[in-house]
Amino acid sequence: MSHTTVAGPPRVPVAPATTPSRAGRFWGDTGLVLVRELRPLVRDPFSMLFGLVQPLFFLALFGPLLVSSLGGTDALGGDVWLWFVPSILVMSTLFGTTGTGSNLQMELVSGSHERLLVTPMSRSAMLVGRALKEVVPVVVQALVVVLVMLPFGLRPDPLGVVLTLGQLAVLGVGIGGFSYALALAVRKQEWMFWVVQQTVIFPLMLLSGMLLPLDGGPAWMRTVSYADPLRYVVDAARELFAGDLASPAVLWGWVAALLTAAAGLAVGVRTMERARA
Amino acid sequence: MIRTRGLTKDFVVSRHETVHAVRGIDLDVEAGELVAVLGPNGAGKTTTMRMLTTLLAPTSGTAHVAGHDVTTAPHRVRAAIGYVGQGNGAASVQQVRDELVLQGRVHGLDRRAAEYRADELLEALDLAPLARRKVDSLSGGQRRRLDVALGLVQAPPLLFLDEPSTGLDPHNRANLWEHVLRLRTRSAESSGPPTTIVLTTHYLDEADTMAERVVVVDHGEVIADDTADALKADLAGDHVALQAAPEHLAVLAQIAERDAGTREVAVDVTADHDGAGDAGPDRLSTGVVSVRSTDGTRAVPGLLRAADAAGVDVLGVQVSRPTLDDVFLALTGRSLRETALDPSSGRTPDLTKEVAR
Ligand SMILES: Nc1ncnc2c1ncn2[C@@H]1O[C@H](COP(=O)(O)OP(=O)(O)OP(=O)(O)O)[C@@H](O)[C@H]1O
Ligand SMILES: [Mg+2]
Repeated sequence: MSHTTVAGPPRVPVAPATTPSRAGRFWGDTGLVLVRELRPLVRDPFSMLFGLVQPLFFLALFGPLLVSSLGGTDALGGDVWLWFVPSILVMSTLFGTTGTGSNLQMELVSGSHERLLVTPMSRSAMLVGRALKEVVPVVVQALVVVLVMLPFGLRPDPLGVVLTLGQLAVLGVGIGGFSYALALAVRKQEWMFWVVQQTVIFPLMLLSGMLLPLDGGPAWMRTVSYADPLRYVVDAARELFAGDLASPAVLWGWVAALLTAAAGLAVGVRTMERARA
Repeated sequence: MIRTRGLTKDFVVSRHETVHAVRGIDLDVEAGELVAVLGPNGAGKTTTMRMLTTLLAPTSGTAHVAGHDVTTAPHRVRAAIGYVGQGNGAASVQQVRDELVLQGRVHGLDRRAAEYRADELLEALDLAPLARRKVDSLSGGQRRRLDVALGLVQAPPLLFLDEPSTGLDPHNRANLWEHVLRLRTRSAESSGPPTTIVLTTHYLDEADTMAERVVVVDHGEVIADDTADALKADLAGDHVALQAAPEHLAVLAQIAERDAGTREVAVDVTADHDGAGDAGPDRLSTGVVSVRSTDGTRAVPGLLRAADAAGVDVLGVQVSRPTLDDVFLALTGRSLRETALDPSSGRTPDLTKEVAR
């Protein structure tokens, strides 16, 4: 080799425009990631409606079946829409946010995530910004479902709807965090992502009492259902839609949504910080 | 600027197979150098770059980049480098200009400065008309130019380019290098040393003309490291072909062997050196003495004088300069050109196994 070695690594002055604190860096980067993730949605808002196809089928085809198989609406508290529309809102939140990790998967494959990894951007911000973005599709989709159902006789408590949207948004951020963590965890076997997603959503859905009342189910099922955070959010949404804003179920809904958000963000951030190619 | 000692990366593919992708690389790059890393597919170029850019943790060994250890202070390294990976850096759902602005913001530019810089680069890399396009609507070469632009946004003191010119047409290839070189000279004018650049390429001519220093990597090891000219002179040498009548060839070969710069002499009696395929009577009446010489152009006058003195009629002379491919051939007995062009000899399991040994 014709190149001589210098003693010790050379020092190079690094001159960033500003040197923000760690926390400043985190929030600034979270904002950048959030805006970046929202742009495609804002430019193409109709893309958010595709996620509604499945939930609307459940609404249109499963709803009538539900009423007839239960022999009326008594088991549902009298009004099928006040019982079933909240279910559909939680369902569309679940479907949309569990799948969001696939967006990150695309970036893992193409190299655009790698490009950002070789910048000073905060790793946690990469996750939190993405998870926070889930609020927008969740709320937009829920609003569309509610609006679509108004002509069919849905008459929810307006304030209850607003509070439900808030709870769904918090829940969606948490599930989004888990979904991104999954995408990072199975990056070597991409196909695993959808396998795991499908395997997880159906038990979560059925055990939440979203599609059929749990009261008629076996005892073990009712017991297990207490471990399903969606159960509390579904119950809370039904109370809120019915206008019973002070019901304890609403409080439990908040607890479940917030715990899911905290856990999802924590797991997501940890996975993102540890993920190496 | 870069200093590695015993840098090593093993990939455990399965229980029976470990790929030794990089095996103990010692590399020193000074501030301001422009280094081209050459090597066949699977040589370990990308893996090395990914370790230097903090994307991969080394299995063993150390690496200091821009004054910081890649394992203990990765965020400081990241702040000081630009990286254009072998994949596509821009997300397909985003718009071209947005990605550039974001890149500037991430590197600490405020919105105005980031937008200004983005527009500057769009202009420089012929991307301005595509600013509002979605990335997945770009052609391969346009996308590649965007990748390069993303790596240049913060005008880093150290730039890693992994096959930046792959997929570009000749015009844009020239344009890209012009821009990269301009970036270097401009940073030299402004104050500090010129931008340090480490690049890989499979275009040997590009490495030849661009790089001041060529590092040849094969099977995860550095097998040569010098200027392109020195490598060629040391390892390959010029090729001098002397044409003469068959009866003179033996004497001519002796003369050639006596020359100080000569490394190897071969005699080919039946060579058709003019390349004229017609089988006339002339064809058998000339032969060729092939000489590998340290400096062919300088050797020729002496050779001719000596031949003249010995009464040998030299009928024709041809001097050809070696290419980097000749260098690689001399080093490994294989041609880079073949490995680069033949898809079957690239990332095949065969090579992986060979590397794993
Ligand atoms: N993630 C990985 N897991 C297993 N093996 C890997 C991985 N990445 C690279 N390798 C192997 O390491 C070796 C070096 O790969 P690398 O990508 O560094 O080659 P390269 O010199 O960049 O080649 P090319 O010119 O084709 O880009 C190859 O044998 C490759 O198969
Ligand atoms: Mg490579």
